[in-house]
This record gives sequence, structure tokens and C-alpha cells, in this order.
Amino acid sequence: MRARYLPVAAFAGLIVAIQLATHFTGSAYHLTQLTMTAYYSLLIVGLCMLIGYAGQISLGHAGFFAIGGYLSAFLTTRNLSSFKGSGFISLLSKAGLLVGRADPYGGSLLNVHPWCACVVAIVVTVVIAYLVGGPVLKLRGHYLAMATLGFGVIIYRIVLGTEFLGAADGISDVPGFPLLAGLEIAGKSSLRVPNYYAAWGLVILGMVFLINLIHSRVGRALISIHGAEDAAGAVGIPAARYKLNTFVLSAVFASLAGILLTHYNGGIGPSEASVMKSVRYVAIVAVGGMANLWGALSMSLVLNYLSLRGYFGTFDDTVFGVILILIMLFAPDGLLRRHLFSDLRRFFSGSAAGEEGP
Amino acid sequence: MTLLSVRGVSKRFGGLQAVSDLSFGVERGSIKALIGPNGAGKTTLFNLVSGVLDPDSGEIVFRGEAVQDLSSHEIAARGLVRTFQHIRLFPKMTVLENIMVGRHIHGRAGFIAGMLNLPFTWKEERRIREKSFEIMELLGIADHARAEATSLSYGQQRVVEIGRALACEPQLLMLDEPAAGLNMRETNEMGERISKIRKMGITVLLVEHDMSLVMKISDEIVVLSYGQKIAEDRPLSIQKNPEVIRVYLGDDQ
Repeated sequence: MRARYLPVAAFAGLIVAIQLATHFTGSAYHLTQLTMTAYYSLLIVGLCMLIGYAGQISLGHAGFFAIGGYLSAFLTTRNLSSFKGSGFISLLSKAGLLVGRADPYGGSLLNVHPWCACVVAIVVTVVIAYLVGGPVLKLRGHYLAMATLGFGVIIYRIVLGTEFLGAADGISDVPGFPLLAGLEIAGKSSLRVPNYYAAWGLVILGMVFLINLIHSRVGRALISIHGAEDAAGAVGIPAARYKLNTFVLSAVFASLAGILLTHYNGGIGPSEASVMKSVRYVAIVAVGGMANLWGALSMSLVLNYLSLRGYFGTFDDTVFGVILILIMLFAPDGLLRRHLFSDLRRFFSGSAAGEEGP
Repeated sequence: MTLLSVRGVSKRFGGLQAVSDLSFGVERGSIKALIGPNGAGKTTLFNLVSGVLDPDSGEIVFRGEAVQDLSSHEIAARGLVRTFQHIRLFPKMTVLENIMVGRHIHGRAGFIAGMLNLPFTWKEERRIREKSFEIMELLGIADHARAEATSLSYGQQRVVEIGRALACEPQLLMLDEPAAGLNMRETNEMGERISKIRKMGITVLLVEHDMSLVMKISDEIVVLSYGQKIAEDRPLSIQKNPEVIRVYLGDDQ
């Protein structure tokens, strides 16, 4: 086995260990927040690829998360039974893209099948990401941050102000997302353990993809663009295209996270699209060490879990804002980074030497 | 046969005419040097030819194709590769990785293939690695393969940058002041290296201030002054050209 996959195995072991720990301490209810953490982590590692490796900031990734989540929620809850007569709907129905189910009041619903909704949501995300990324990625630094922030705000205002997206209430009663053999992504307590493993399994698969990418020709090109863009161009690397593709890739990770978390939670609200969510994601990537997928993932695991369990109380958003400020001030390379231990040693020996001086 | 021809190229920056109506050609297999006092427009010309800048007017033809409107990565992909006056190595990458980036245009593994680690990419990566080692051995830097590129000495960093450009297997290699900041021994080695590169069949266009190096290795020299060509000839004739002497040494009052 290649050395690059050793951390994957170690991480998988950690996921199993956490599940066993909750099992034997009788605290399996923690798995619910840990499963939600997994989906947020999927977004985080994609964003880490964009920020850390392609060197592009995005303060709008909650927007892509919301695009996925809302589209899937809308398509899988919209009742199409009144359109049964129309040719298009019956065609979709015959193709197996629609699914009938009973509503809580005994009526019958006809919705788009979650898999079909998922595909539509991903395709729409890719299109939007290309349309937004094309012009926006021509900007650099603060300007790129502001433009992506603007995108995030637009998505937030759209979901907040659109009636058929539930406005301030969001969309609820979203059905589970069927996987194999009766298993579905849903918040039922009977499915807690398989959902936990399905979610983290997906994160691990995403990590394997990204780790492979970093060690490939494309990964080398991205790191070189980040390091010296003009020199990368001088050896034939189309920097703009590589940045755009990475932006779209990270948007797809965010969108998929939004889709699956919405099915897991059974709904989505406008707060998922808020700018503070985007800031939180950037803060987690920053504290994880920017160009450090494992750092971002482990920080995501810890911070999202603490946040979802309510440890930060009413200061939830404040905590992430403060983290971002502190990281930018004192450790712009992040907390978890390559030379952490040697830096710490130097810091302490340096301050000790300072005290000895005259 | 002319590999590169610059035809009536002009570039203005605000009130400064950096390059004006400049024409010259580079023969395949030759070493051509661009010289001139500071501010003569040499680096601007390099940026125009390599696609970093677009000319205001004129035409740049490489291998029979007009390339003045292409961007730098498109020009590099066509076999015209440059180095920089101020060394531009990729930080946080080893010497080997820097050279491997130079092989980019000869690979085809994209995002999907990279993420899925498809079998064809393994073979491609192995070839990229082998070729990179070949280049490092040719330039005598294979011992530093695993060192972080920016940790090497200045002279060695220049060699790595040339190695990265050679990894593209260019038809035309443009060197922007390859001997800048080098001591005399290193400059001599650089001269030998450039001659060796020409023997590999690669045409060289260089900007250089070190006259002894230029006179020794060049087949032809173009002299620029205030963005205009004032002479184009063989090294010995350039040394005797009164106009060139006037530009370099000032008027004999």
C-alpha cells in the first residue's frame, strides 16, 4: 500500500473507534451530530482543495451547499400528482424518475426520485459554478473574496425571499435518500449507525479522490500555480482553467454535502446559505493549515461536532469569527501544519532566550 | 530556416515607447543574443514573444504561425519556452518536482484521471519522472533531486530553472539573463551548458549583459537601444560597429 493511503486507514480506524466508544458508553445519540459533521466535512475538504492548493479564496461556498440542498429538497417534496395528466410528467413517471409516497394526512404524493433530484442538483451546481467562477476567478485577493461573498449573499437572499422555497421557514418533510438494500440516508434513530458509516465512508472516499489528485499531474500544476503563476504559464500550464476546474470541483463537494445533509435532516432552512456559514468553513480550513487536507478534516470533525452539540451556545458564530481573526493574526499558516513542532520549539526556546538576555 | 520571426513589433507603456517597429529573425539551430543598455526594451521584447504582453502592432511568427495574440501557456505548448531574469522556481517543491512540472504539456492526465488514479496515469507519471532525472543528470543537478528547490544556491537555482524549461522539450528556448548574479566560474559553466543545449537541437534566444559570454557563444547578435534595433550581425562585426560603440560608451566628444 502506498504511504499516502496510510492516514486514510488511520482515519477510518478513528471513525470506527468513535462509533464503538459511543456504543459502549451508551451515548449513541452523539452519532447524529457526528453524521452531520461528516457532511459538513465533505464541503470542508473540497474547500481546502480550492483555498490551500489552487490558492483561491471563496466566501460563498455556503451558497453552493444551499443550491444542492434546496434543489434536492424542492424536487423531492414538490407534489406533482395534479400534473399527472400532462405528457411530460407521465413520461418522467414511466422512466422511473418519479416516486409516489403517502403524505402524513393519508393523501398521495408524487415527487421526483431523490437520485434524480441529486443528479439535477449537481448538474445545476456545475453550471452555476462555471458561470460564476469564469469571471470571478479573474480577480485576486480581496476582490475575489468580495465577489464570492456577493455570490453567497445573493443565494441567501434568494432562498430567504422565495415563497416556493419556504422563505424563512425553509423546506421540511424531505424524504430519505435511498441507498442499497433498504438503507437510506435519513435521520431515523434505527438507522443511526449505518448512516454514520455511510456519511464518513463518503468523506473518506472524497479524501482518497483529493489525495490522488494532489499527487497527480493536475495537483503538481495547481501547487505550481499557487507558487508562481507566471512561471507555471511559461511551462504551458493554463492557470485560469485549472483554477476554474478546482472551483467547480469544490462546488460539487459542497453541493453534494448540502443534498445529503438535507435528506438526513429531513429539511433545510435559509441559515444554511448564510454568509456566517461560509465564514465558518473558511475559518475551519484556515485553522487546519490551509494546504493540509488532514488538518482541515480533523479541525472540521472537532469544531463542527462541538458546534452541533451546542457547546458554543449563543456564541456559535462568534467562536468561528474569533478563530478566523486569531488564526490570521498569529498563525496564518494554520494550527496544523508541517513545521508545527519545530516552530513551537523555536517559539519557546526563543522566549526563554529572551528572558535570559540583559 | 527561420524558426521565429519578429515583424514590425511595437509596444508602448503610457508615454514610453518600449519597443518600436522591431524586426528580426532567429534561425533554427542557432544561438541568438539580444543586447543593449538598460531600458533598451530587451525584457519587454521577451515578454511580447512569450505572450506575457501583447504587442500594440506587428506580428510574431513562430514555426509559421502568428502567435502574438496567444497567451503564454498556449505559446509554451507550441514549443517556445522562457526562463525569467528573476528566478521563478516553485517554492515548497523539490528540484525533482519543479522539473516534473516542466513536463506538464507532455502529459494528459486530467482532474478525473487524477482523482481516480487511473492506471494510465501511473505509466505517465513514471515516464515524467524518468525524463526529469535524465534532464537533471544532463545539467548535473541530479544529486539535489530531493532538496527543496528554493534552498539551493543562486547559481544552482538558475540551472533548475533552465532544467524546468528543457523539460518542456522546447524548439526555442529563451533565456533572460542566464548569467545574472553568477560568478566567473559559474558563468563559464553556463556558457558550456547553453552550447550543449544547442547541440541537442534546441534553438536559443538569450538576453545577456555579460559581453564575454555573449561574444563567445552567440552566432548572431541583435543590439537594441531605446526600443529600436541599431545593429544585427555576427559577434566580431558587432564589436567593431561604430553605432554600437557609441551607444555603449557614449559619444566621443
